[in-house]
Amino acid sequence: MNEYVQTLIGILLAAILSENFILVKFYGICPFMGVSKKIDTALGMGMAVTFVMGIASAATWAIYRLLVLLHLEFMQTVAFILVIASIVQVVEMFLKKAVSALYKALGIFLPLITTNCAVLGVALLNVQKGYDFLLSVVNGVCGGLGFTVAIVLFASLRERVEKSDCPECFKGMPITLVAAGLLALAFMGFSGLKLF
Amino acid sequence: MNFKKQFSEGLLSKNPVLVQLLGLCSVLAITTSLFNGIGMGLSVTVILICSNVLISALRKVIPSQIRIAAYIVIIASFVTIVDLVLQAFIPDLSESLGVFIPLIVVNCIVLGRAEAFASKNGVLASAVDGLCQGIGYTVALVIMCVIRELLGSGTFGGGILNNGEGIRIIPEGYPAMQMVMPVGGFLTLGFVIAGFQWYTRHSRNKKQKEAAK
Repeated sequence: MNEYVQTLIGILLAAILSENFILVKFYGICPFMGVSKKIDTALGMGMAVTFVMGIASAATWAIYRLLVLLHLEFMQTVAFILVIASIVQVVEMFLKKAVSALYKALGIFLPLITTNCAVLGVALLNVQKGYDFLLSVVNGVCGGLGFTVAIVLFASLRERVEKSDCPECFKGMPITLVAAGLLALAFMGFSGLKLF
Repeated sequence: MNFKKQFSEGLLSKNPVLVQLLGLCSVLAITTSLFNGIGMGLSVTVILICSNVLISALRKVIPSQIRIAAYIVIIASFVTIVDLVLQAFIPDLSESLGVFIPLIVVNCIVLGRAEAFASKNGVLASAVDGLCQGIGYTVALVIMCVIRELLGSGTFGGGILNNGEGIRIIPEGYPAMQMVMPVGGFLTLGFVIAGFQWYTRHSRNKKQKEAAK
């Protein structure tokens, strides 16, 4: 049991810091670049992704067991993407009815999450590493938290980068990518981080 | 149908990576050796052509309300086929690209072309569009790979030339290892896009000056 807790904490640290989903593993670069212009929208996106990643990890774990039972493991990519798309749809409808304030805040970002590689990526990674149910969900939620940390940090950086005076050809995306590179350099400091 | 125009759009004026900034996850993650870059580029090109052709052929059958879901299923099927083929015949490539092969499903380029081109145009035009966009993507990947591999590992053609070791250009101990790590991905892409923007502006100015004369 003790060893299990250690693995759990290891996954937690890795997903948030040392193997950050955006800055180390490069999952979900599109929303990272697309919705990081303001801190509050970035935070909203991060929370929505965390939520969906948690649920998707749980659901895809169950789906994968079913696929194994039917000897259809090769269908995992197709099955996972369908499950994720349906989850996003259900979450969207549920939030619209039940928590309309949150729905309004997340609004446009929700449908975008389907094509966020972080969600499909975490589902595939859980299978690849053979995590059980709890570890999968922890990996999903913490991966989402890592995503949130990175996107919020980057949004606050970017507000300053946008106003900076840089060479003409670096305006827009290039200087943003260079700034992201420097943030990734900072996160490299966490590599090799281990508690036990 | 205008093959020349589609080709120059895919390669330059509407390059999926350098201009439209689509599918950056794979561009940043796997461009550490020439082998990876070419392998990934060809895989995406094949998937793009196949999915464009099928979606274009079915464009009058698929109801528009559920078209995105239908596109995703079609794309996911082709991705699975390519994934299994690579696992069976080129296991080295499959191993080094890892999870980024199945992640082509959520690569915005493929879905983007399905929505923007294949759903509105004929089968042949869509196939050509897939080919041209795929070539544009591959070229961008190869540029990234060459720069990162040279600066990061000091070699050229890693995984292909010289029994897979690559030709050593910078002696061992000198290359900056950070360039093949995540940092290098962001920095290289930033500089490549900046160079591309400089080039397009430069050539446009030149044309305007010539026209003014």
